[in-house]
Amino acid sequence: MSKYHWMSSRPAIWTGIALAVLLVGCQQNPPAEKSATVEERNVAAGTTPGASTSGTTAGNVAGTQTGQGNPLHDPRSILSKRSVFFDYDSYAIKDDYRPLIDAHAKYLQNNRSARMTIQGNCDERGSREYNIALGQRRADAVKRMMLLDGATDQQIETVSFGKEKPRNAGHDETAWAENRRDDFVYAGE
Amino acid sequence: MISLRRFVSLLVAATVVLLATAARAQLTIEIIGGGGTTIPIAIVPFAGEATYPYPLTEIVAADLQRSGLFRLVDSSGVNPRPVRTEDVRVGDWTARGADAVTVGSVTPQGDGRVEVRFFLVDTVKATQLAGYSYVVAPNQFRATAHQMADVIYEKLTGDRGVFSTRIAYITKQGPRYELLVADADGYNPQGIVASNEPLLSPSWSPDGTRIAYVSLENRKPVVYIQSLTTGKRQLLANFRGSNSAPNWAPDGRKLAVTLSLDGGSHIFLINPDGTGAQRVMNSPGIDTEANFSPDGQAMLFTSDRGGGPQIYRYTFGSGTVERMTFEGNYNVSPRYLPDGKGFVFVRREGGRFNLAIEDFATRQVQVLTQGELDESPSVAPNGKLILYASEVGGRGILAAVSSDGRVKQRLTAAASDVREPAWGPLTK
Repeated sequence: MSKYHWMSSRPAIWTGIALAVLLVGCQQNPPAEKSATVEERNVAAGTTPGASTSGTTAGNVAGTQTGQGNPLHDPRSILSKRSVFFDYDSYAIKDDYRPLIDAHAKYLQNNRSARMTIQGNCDERGSREYNIALGQRRADAVKRMMLLDGATDQQIETVSFGKEKPRNAGHDETAWAENRRDDFVYAGE
Repeated sequence: MISLRRFVSLLVAATVVLLATAARAQLTIEIIGGGGTTIPIAIVPFAGEATYPYPLTEIVAADLQRSGLFRLVDSSGVNPRPVRTEDVRVGDWTARGADAVTVGSVTPQGDGRVEVRFFLVDTVKATQLAGYSYVVAPNQFRATAHQMADVIYEKLTGDRGVFSTRIAYITKQGPRYELLVADADGYNPQGIVASNEPLLSPSWSPDGTRIAYVSLENRKPVVYIQSLTTGKRQLLANFRGSNSAPNWAPDGRKLAVTLSLDGGSHIFLINPDGTGAQRVMNSPGIDTEANFSPDGQAMLFTSDRGGGPQIYRYTFGSGTVERMTFEGNYNVSPRYLPDGKGFVFVRREGGRFNLAIEDFATRQVQVLTQGELDESPSVAPNGKLILYASEVGGRGILAAVSSDGRVKQRLTAAASDVREPAWGPLTK
């Protein structure tokens, strides 16, 4: 690695390498893809969750080489649905989403090495930092429900993006409703 | 010890660039509302200043005018041009309605440096209020002009000037975020960090050499501290869950941060090197946005322990918590005034978010702004102006309002949304 002096102007890549050197020794996860948020809510909810006992540890595999038969990515499976939506100012979980939450909890229960992050989000109104906390509440609420349904604490990390990562950049109630959400992201996605 | 559970390769996931000096489009500041009474002052161009490309007295005049507290009186047409106090014929100036006049000179020293002399005269009392000499290199003219403006401001208003301070802010241009530091007049913006993921919540160390901030580059909120002198940054908090809302204690030895590692969001004190995280209060739910009092004995914070977000004050010695806001159901983002006598905050009323100010003694609240989505207040270190973020035409801008609500400024950056201002400390 070339020695980098901060005061010289160029390239970003050396800064990145230098930073990586600076932080060496920290545990590294497999590189994550850019876009954290997955799917949307229009996938048909008909079929039973494919939370199978096939032992697919889809959670730990980067990319989708086990795509076939992986219920997490099967559009016919409820597990490919990854978002729960909330009312304004609220972190209460609406009844509509209980089957979805239960399905993911059962998947985690049946795949003990699977790991998930729940990302909490808010609409654009109000304090950025209070929204980080409110998004955290939304993520924690779903995690709590999943723990009751059979998932274990180690399998779920909860984080918040506050209002920083909206799915819809609009400034009306439709956009706001789409942004008040939790997204479920499995490790390796 | 910090455990970095989720370190994502910077090269792949997000490009984070620690920048040294780089030219940026500056912040443009315009006054859009004036104060009530203004002090009429004439600023006579200094003898010898026209030979230099740096417009000394223009910068002084712009500073004073931008404060909203001064009105510039025409300074042309007095012959011979006064250069020292003894040259000033006060009658010339009182006839024009000026209560004060500044005069001065710029003289080369032979070693490339110049001596800048300036004098401030009270034309009503016919006395000299100030006389200063600065020996500087010409490229320090901006800083010198700001120092002179500070002197004039202080002598005529009784309050310290903040023209020599700097402000930090965050811009967003498409997918790119940048934390910048500029002079208080918007000039000389310096890039500090750039990222493809959101940056927020900059907080200055009390000595002005470091800034703590929150970054989402690791796909979760993480707090960093970056040195403005070396450009190096270090991790402050990356515990399990979310880490955010850094605020430096006034002695610079600790920061408050909000951590979710215990579940929920709670305020912890932590050493600047990231060690020694200690939770402050035992409470359910959300506690966040800690803001230390100027004497370090207390902190204001936002909590929903009462059902919805309100502002509370925690006193460190006694451990007592006192609720501070009682109007409406959403009061957040408390910031102490530097004299400790009150605080600025954001309140939601009828769906709009505005800045308000509350006095500790009277508990009276005054609403200061009228936008739709005003947020993120930051108080100038003399307590006279409050910077905040707002929105005009769907675009993020900064704005400033005086503590009595009368002076209004708008600060914009070309082609960017601007947000999250943080006013730096007074330079010693």
